[in-house]
Amino acid sequence: MTEAAALLAAEGAENPLFPQAYELVVGSFAFLVVFLVVGKILTPRIQKTLAERTEAIEGGIKKAEDAQAEAQRTLEQYRAQLAEARQEAARLREEAREQGAQIKAELREEAQAEARRLVEAAHAQIEADRQQAFAQLQGEIGRLSTELASRIVGESLEDEARQRRIVDRFLEELEGRPEAVR
Amino acid sequence: MTPLVLVAGDEFQAPGPSIFNFPPLYEGAPAWLTKPVIFAVVGALLVCAFAWSAFAKPQLVPRGMQNIGEKGYEFVRDQVARPFLGKDAERWMPLLMSLFFLILLWNLFGVVPLIQIPIASHIAFPIVFAVVIYALRIYLGIKHQGPIGYFKNMMFPPGLPKPIYLLLSPIEFLSNMIIAPFTHAVRLFANMFAGHMLLAFFSSVGFWFLFERLTPLGSGLGVLGAVMTIAMTGFEMFIEFLQAFLFTLLAAMYIGGALHADH
Repeated sequence: MTEAAALLAAEGAENPLFPQAYELVVGSFAFLVVFLVVGKILTPRIQKTLAERTEAIEGGIKKAEDAQAEAQRTLEQYRAQLAEARQEAARLREEAREQGAQIKAELREEAQAEARRLVEAAHAQIEADRQQAFAQLQGEIGRLSTELASRIVGESLEDEARQRRIVDRFLEELEGRPEAVR
Repeated sequence: MTPLVLVAGDEFQAPGPSIFNFPPLYEGAPAWLTKPVIFAVVGALLVCAFAWSAFAKPQLVPRGMQNIGEKGYEFVRDQVARPFLGKDAERWMPLLMSLFFLILLWNLFGVVPLIQIPIASHIAFPIVFAVVIYALRIYLGIKHQGPIGYFKNMMFPPGLPKPIYLLLSPIEFLSNMIIAPFTHAVRLFANMFAGHMLLAFFSSVGFWFLFERLTPLGSGLGVLGAVMTIAMTGFEMFIEFLQAFLFTLLAAMYIGGALHADH
């Protein structure tokens, strides 16, 4: 053996590389106790708890994901509803505009018709007035003409029948040239 | 004989491996009742107590000790179990948790005042762990790959030219069956042993030159020893953690290799 071993032997010390039997026994016993208590009893407990925790966290994440998905769905729904409402509003606005335009057109149509009617009525009135005036004038002119003629030719035209015929002829001549009347 | 200062006459003498020898606790006590044995048991009970306070009634929303315990559990699971065991990680967590926390606490005893002995610096304790893992590994390998398949996968990784196997197979056998369990235990033991030696050396330098023999010339050395003791204590805590981690990591790797032929 080496010098150190010889020295150890001289000091009466054990070689540190040779195990003491009683220490082997104590070491085995200590290891066994620790293995039974820490390894067999306690480690499985913490393993179980850690597994449960993982599960709980995963469950929580799942729940959060579900809630998020639900929220997303609701949001989509609201958006769809909003879009629908907007579309509806746009449609109503369009409809109202169309209706307004239609009403305006109708009113214009009506007003134009009314105007036309008024114009026509006025025309008719005027025509009637003209006719009336013309009829009045007819008599007046006849009388005045007779009077004038009698003044000119004297009493010869006193005879009623002749007078009438003359006047009629005169009037027919007048009617034969309508442009002169107008 | 005080464990810290070994005085031979008037000269400073560095502490030797005898600082790892502990007499029975009191006069007439049985030989096995020593400080490392007591603290090995105390450490085991403390690990159980810590684990109990953290995991006895685990809540979905963790509080207090459970938070700390869960950090530990997640560390072992994510850094040790999952990289090597994949989907089998959960099944082997009980073993890996026990291994990691027992070794960690035993190692940390090396820097706890008054205890100041890393339990794994007595090679018997690492041997217990390494033997358990070794036995488990062979059992699992034979169970999952068959008695022939296990050794065939170990010694004859496919895809190599035939003459290579003459060289490779004995090396693989030696490395897996003899060297691996040996280094598994010795790595932990040696790190704790050497770390404790270093701490003992620096602290005894500080104690000797500042208290036992205070001289103007020696005081500088004493201060250096004290400062180094503090620095090395921090370093030791890191090494103690690292070795507990490494031991558990190798255990997971061996188990994973036995479950599935990795070649």
